[in-house]
Amino acid sequence: MSQRQDEPASLTVRNIAIQRGARMVIRDFSMEARVGDIVWLRGSNGSGKTSLLRAIAGLLPVAVGTVERTGKLAMTDDAIALDYDQSLDDALRYWAKLDGASGAELEAAMTSLDLVPLAELPVRMLSAGQKRRGSLARTIASGAAIWLLDEPYNGLDQANLTRLDAAIERHAASQGIVIIASHVAPSVNVANSVMLDRTRKAA
Amino acid sequence: MKAIWSLILRDIRHAWTGGGLWLPVVFYLAVATLFPFAVGPDHALLARTGGGILWIAALLSSLLPIERLILPDMESGMIDQLSIRGWSEEWICAAKIAAHFIAFGGPLLLATPVAVALIGVPDTQISALFMGLAFALPALAGLGVTIAALTAGLRGASALGGLLLVPLAIPLLIFGAGTLDDNPGRALQLLAATSLAMTALSPFAAGAALRAGRS
Repeated sequence: MSQRQDEPASLTVRNIAIQRGARMVIRDFSMEARVGDIVWLRGSNGSGKTSLLRAIAGLLPVAVGTVERTGKLAMTDDAIALDYDQSLDDALRYWAKLDGASGAELEAAMTSLDLVPLAELPVRMLSAGQKRRGSLARTIASGAAIWLLDEPYNGLDQANLTRLDAAIERHAASQGIVIIASHVAPSVNVANSVMLDRTRKAA
Repeated sequence: MKAIWSLILRDIRHAWTGGGLWLPVVFYLAVATLFPFAVGPDHALLARTGGGILWIAALLSSLLPIERLILPDMESGMIDQLSIRGWSEEWICAAKIAAHFIAFGGPLLLATPVAVALIGVPDTQISALFMGLAFALPALAGLGVTIAALTAGLRGASALGGLLLVPLAIPLLIFGAGTLDDNPGRALQLLAATSLAMTALSPFAAGAALRAGRS
């Protein structure tokens, strides 16, 4: 995937705390990611993985601490943000246009997750795994340096799991950063894994 | 700039496919059709009250698409994805207000000649009614999006929306109905000023509501 940033991408999270309602879901958490890193945020259900990713993306305010990043960001989570009444191709093309990605880049992203045969189907007809692949394809095509993937393996079959891993490794190898929040171990080689459960500090 | 157009066009397309475009118009015309049946065929009475009734119908019809304005995009992750790409909530709401104005206000204005004929509004009031509605519709679109952002995700959102719209829309209604007098100039000026202020403020109010709803 092409990078549109001149500066190398980086992500630094320093001593952040995230509060949801009266509960502190993340406390005194720090992590750092540089170009080429694949970071696995581990933790059981409800340990704050999604909140942490959303805070990194700027969608949740942090109570204390700082999040610094260089480079564009793309996120895939449970909300696929693809219009149900459109064909997969049109729905992805909408985002590709906003992201300034070319048709060729989008096609490459769709090919990498075997979505080309589904391109003409309306999004509402797709299965859960297919929808997930659709929103992953948007992240792949976005040209963003930093990928935030929230449970990206949910719903994927074995063949597509391998495809996604290949895409993640290619991205990391081409000056990218990938942060994976997952309760299961990713099958890619992670540079760094961070446990959120007890200590809530970088392992 | 091109990007904000793509947002506006997407919302208009959704209004078109989701019924948000025709529902308010049908409601508006239904009121104009039913009102003469309710008060009887008294031409003088209809002429005196018709313009006011159309104002109320326009105001209430703006409530109908409220649930479709923000909630679906919030649930589908659309607004999150735009925020990640650096869109401020205010710009997102401004695009939504513009789209709502076009998709709701346009058809309503086009339906007004039919409504005027159905209810028998006197000729002297027709141009004032048109101008008044055209001035007020951007503010109604702004109010609609603001209320949609405030109530998104709440239970009973549409009932709450009605409660919220009524007090906020009263200035528009007072000045709007005022334009139907013999001398509409002063009321039109006040209506335009009120509408301008509401339209200009609503992206900020709606944007703040969106942000507050997220955390």
